[in-house]
Amino acid sequence: MSDAIRIYVPREAAAVSLGADDVAARIAEAADKHKSDIEIVRNGSWGIAWLEPLVEVSVDGQRIAYGPVGPDDVDGLVAAGLFDGGDHRLKLGPTEEIDWLKNQDRWTFRRCGLIDPLSLDDYEANGGFAGLRTAFDKGTAYVLEQVKASGLRGRGGAGFPTGIKWQTVADASGAQKYITCNADEGDSGTFSDRILMESDPLTLIEGMLIAGYAVGANKGYIYLRAEYPLTRQVLGKAIKLARSHGWLGENIEGSGFDFEIDLHIGAGSYICGEETAMLESLEGKAGVIRYRPPLPAIEGLFGKPTVVNNVVTLGSVPDILALGGEAYAAHGVGRSKGTLAFQLAGNIKRGGLVEKAFGLTLRELIEDWGGGTASGRDVRAVQIGGPLGAYFPEKLLDTPLDYEAFIEAGGMIGHGGIVVFDDTVDMSAQARFAMEFCAIESCGKCTPCRIGSVRGVEVIDRIVGNEKREDNLNLLNDLCDTMIDGSLCAMGGMTPFPVRSAVEHFPEDFNK
Amino acid sequence: MATKYDSAIATEIINSFGAAPEMLVQILVAFVERYSYISEEAIRQIANELNLSRAEVHGVVSFYHDFRTEPPGKRIVKICQAESCQAMGSRELTSHAEEKIGVAINQTTDDGEVTLEPVYCLGNCACSPAIMIDEQVYGRVDSKKFDSLLEKHQ
Repeated sequence: MSDAIRIYVPREAAAVSLGADDVAARIAEAADKHKSDIEIVRNGSWGIAWLEPLVEVSVDGQRIAYGPVGPDDVDGLVAAGLFDGGDHRLKLGPTEEIDWLKNQDRWTFRRCGLIDPLSLDDYEANGGFAGLRTAFDKGTAYVLEQVKASGLRGRGGAGFPTGIKWQTVADASGAQKYITCNADEGDSGTFSDRILMESDPLTLIEGMLIAGYAVGANKGYIYLRAEYPLTRQVLGKAIKLARSHGWLGENIEGSGFDFEIDLHIGAGSYICGEETAMLESLEGKAGVIRYRPPLPAIEGLFGKPTVVNNVVTLGSVPDILALGGEAYAAHGVGRSKGTLAFQLAGNIKRGGLVEKAFGLTLRELIEDWGGGTASGRDVRAVQIGGPLGAYFPEKLLDTPLDYEAFIEAGGMIGHGGIVVFDDTVDMSAQARFAMEFCAIESCGKCTPCRIGSVRGVEVIDRIVGNEKREDNLNLLNDLCDTMIDGSLCAMGGMTPFPVRSAVEHFPEDFNK
Repeated sequence: MATKYDSAIATEIINSFGAAPEMLVQILVAFVERYSYISEEAIRQIANELNLSRAEVHGVVSFYHDFRTEPPGKRIVKICQAESCQAMGSRELTSHAEEKIGVAINQTTDDGEVTLEPVYCLGNCACSPAIMIDEQVYGRVDSKKFDSLLEKHQ
């Protein structure tokens, strides 16, 4: 067993979507045939989607990477000496020396790809549970202080300071409090939550434990979208594993602290990623948003004080405790401290997850990491921050990636998803889709969102159909104002962002 | 895969969630997993056993896209319609799929073989366009790959 050659084949949705399960099966067959003693580890992903399935072999303690490996490449690879790190056209060299990975600032995602996601030994050997132990050792006040000092802001999109949210829940009165993790990652162009949950799920569990300990909550919920069946399997197993080894349950690590986590599955509703709609759904109801105030931190799940945090936010916490808030705050610029897992998507040559300190430009990400478009054509538009994010033209690509700079440029970083379009895109179709998507996914509670989005589609159709163009452009502008000012949540309130940016930066597409 | 409705098993499912009204969404998720859709019979039984009105259960069922009220085809093919996949030709892929399968999106073939549905993001955006057949996600799907995947899932 200990002499077996370790081969790593990711069991992560992107890699699996490109044939990783078949690759693993073919490698096992080939090893049988060659009577090679191998052990296949189904690791998570390094986030390097453009090289998936990325197969690694451990040679003299070093991981040697090959990719992208399709099922039909396996026999050739094995013949070329895959099991000894032999040369082959798909050989990339040592994983840690791949530039794309080497030049990142991995914090939250530092174990992703490296470890077996369902091995507590791997997790602890690579710093897992150090943050929780520090928390138990130094007490709740210290935890709150460190999270505040880190400058960590909500990575789900809103960017609210995490430490202040936690302090509010900690200070709220009442014996019953909750931690809820928003894993309803519905924005197109985003997949960082998924990668973390599939590649290092124990980090999320540890983050929730620390949050629960800090605010005095003994119950946590993860609200996971239904579109992630593989995540559900991995996360479900990780929760069971943690429970069976005493990391969930009563008196965890002899601290006197009890905590449990329930995994809830969504049902295909985008709006359930809005925090109050998610709470409604967790209560078994339709995902209709709530008025705010009261804030969930004061009256949240079942009316109790509730922390609502995104997966990456919670996953960033364990190392903030282990290494100190200052160490995290040393990364980044201005009020955007730490790192963000940017996700390069759409028409991009080298797509995947790039965790970098805030402050680099959009152009650096798209050109240096992304290598331009997949089609080889010019970049024309980039949508940042999901379906409610603005479309940026080429001339805005030098905008630095920090929350405030993006707001100034008329956009938002949101969850860090970056969707690239080449010069074949029709921006009037994208503007129309933004309104259409809002009409499909609106919870229906407020009129500007429910009706405004339907009218928005009609108005854009008239503009494109050359029907009283100027009048209808003015009407669209008024409608956007109404939606921004009158909607109850970001769905209706931000749908105008992609619409207006498309009209502003690409007027020629509305005048054909 | 989907099985025939059985009220004893339905009760078991409901009880596995403690027959608690706050677990209604999770109960419905489990029902769809078991029966592939939410029948009128199911709504009646769930309402009864959770001590809710049928209208209350129906309100939740009709809110969520995944809670179908008609039986779907044997295979469910979902094509991502969101921005990242649009940037990589999902609109063309959707037209191809509609032609290949012979139904418009959101419909089921007459022989009950295939249901074609839209989905708004599978989180596979670095490998767009993405589709899902039953529970399996595929990336970088062009029309040729689409045809072979459809065949593979026959």
